[in-house]
Amino acid sequence: MNGGLTPVGADIGIEPSTDAFALENVTQERGGRVVLAGVTVHLAKGGFTALIGPSGAGKTSLLRLLNRLDDPTSGVVHFLGRPLIDYPVREMRRRVGFVFQTPAMFPGTVADNLAVVATLSDKATAPRTSAPIAEVLRLAELGADFADRTAADLSGGEKQRVALARALMTGPEVLLLDEPTAALDPEVAEHLMDTLRRLRESTGLTIMMVTHRLSEARYSSTHAVMLEAGRVIEQGSSAQLFSNPVEARTREFVAAGNDSNNHD
Amino acid sequence: MTEPAVDIGWVQLTLASALILVAIALSAWQRLGLARSLVIGAVRAVIQLTFIGYVLVWLFGTNRWYFVLGVLLLMTLTATIAATDRQPGGAQARRRLRPICFTSILVGSALTLAYVGVVVVDVTPWYNPRYLIPLFGMIVGNTMNGAALAAERLQSEMEAGRAQIEAYLALGATPKQASAEPARRATVAAMIPTINALAVVGIVSLPGMMTGQILAGSAPTLAVRYQLVVVFMLTAATALTATGIVLWYRRTYFTAAAQLLPRLPV
Repeated sequence: MNGGLTPVGADIGIEPSTDAFALENVTQERGGRVVLAGVTVHLAKGGFTALIGPSGAGKTSLLRLLNRLDDPTSGVVHFLGRPLIDYPVREMRRRVGFVFQTPAMFPGTVADNLAVVATLSDKATAPRTSAPIAEVLRLAELGADFADRTAADLSGGEKQRVALARALMTGPEVLLLDEPTAALDPEVAEHLMDTLRRLRESTGLTIMMVTHRLSEARYSSTHAVMLEAGRVIEQGSSAQLFSNPVEARTREFVAAGNDSNNHD
Repeated sequence: MTEPAVDIGWVQLTLASALILVAIALSAWQRLGLARSLVIGAVRAVIQLTFIGYVLVWLFGTNRWYFVLGVLLLMTLTATIAATDRQPGGAQARRRLRPICFTSILVGSALTLAYVGVVVVDVTPWYNPRYLIPLFGMIVGNTMNGAALAAERLQSEMEAGRAQIEAYLALGATPKQASAEPARRATVAAMIPTINALAVVGIVSLPGMMTGQILAGSAPTLAVRYQLVVVFMLTAATALTATGIVLWYRRTYFTAAAQLLPRLPV
């Protein structure tokens, strides 16, 4: 295990940056089972971090902590240098978007799904100007003609793009994605990953993504964190972690993943 | 205009009990195996109703407001147990639901009863058990069903809607906003039987109270007016109780930090 994030260099074209999130000795228990066991990890601001590891490693549990869908049993999560619990939770969630594995569509059209986001803020939250619908449709690479389609009737890949567009409505600084391509065909998945890559390039959004498709993690991410059994095995730049991992366990996992990805 | 009701003595009651033998005979003939249940049910009905008859005689005789209120509370408590006993979601969920159910039934029923008793009928003295007990009985019978329907539907909507609720929360919604749809559906589900009853009263069903009043010698027009008071009363009480349950019960699904709590162990 290594303590901090190794500064990543010119090979991926970003400056060594501060942390968007830093987890210190975070433990998470669910129904008496330990899902995260003393996790310390730094997630780079402005980066595209892939959270990888076998199923049951705690990837989704970790991601859910970052938008406070859950709180850790012990340990501290920092967001931009301050404890996450110091931020008013609803305001923080508007800065840290979350895209779920299975997109849950709201009633009505795609435009309804997007417009409702603006109605969710109230006096308690400082009103944030929400992005125009046309703009987020463009960023999510959904055609303008999608606005009037019924959300429930869309395909899996289209729904996931609507979920992405919806998360962009609050103008987030960070976007968390929990296996967004898990339910999609490889081709559709690849297309969505291209969209995410372009999105980050054009907006400077910090992205953190849980994925079980190592190929997409490898080609999209700037940073990677390898988790297993609730512990961080290795973290660093993607270039290093995928090509030249330090830990034997990471090497095995990446090698096995490359084999299985050939079937995709 | 009022003629006294025909008295039912023990002889008449014995003759009426022969009717239950019809059901028992049919059960034996069709091999339904219901004879035992029918006998037990008939005996229970006789004992329970006879007992409550004597309780009412005593209650009307003592004429003490605290005894009347005590009986009303006991009725509420019994209704709460009946409404929560078969709720889904496990023992922990039922325990969480019980105080919510008790309070909602009590408040919804008592507010309605107070309005009817004080403003509409002008019962004197205010605690007159001859009015309060039967009126409250009818109200609680309805609010109990409304409460059970509201709680059950909310529980299933909240579980089925977890993904959507969390999607709303992740966008910065309040728990109230995130669960608006489950709450709306649960309240509607609780109100539907009452609305159906309003639609068919007098056509499909002649309500028991009105029938009883007519049998006891009241003018049908008076019985009808009483019955209208009752259906309006039941509608308000059910709406109040269902709303109370839904608004309060759904809060128990969230933490103070607007997080949806994990599923309770069933």
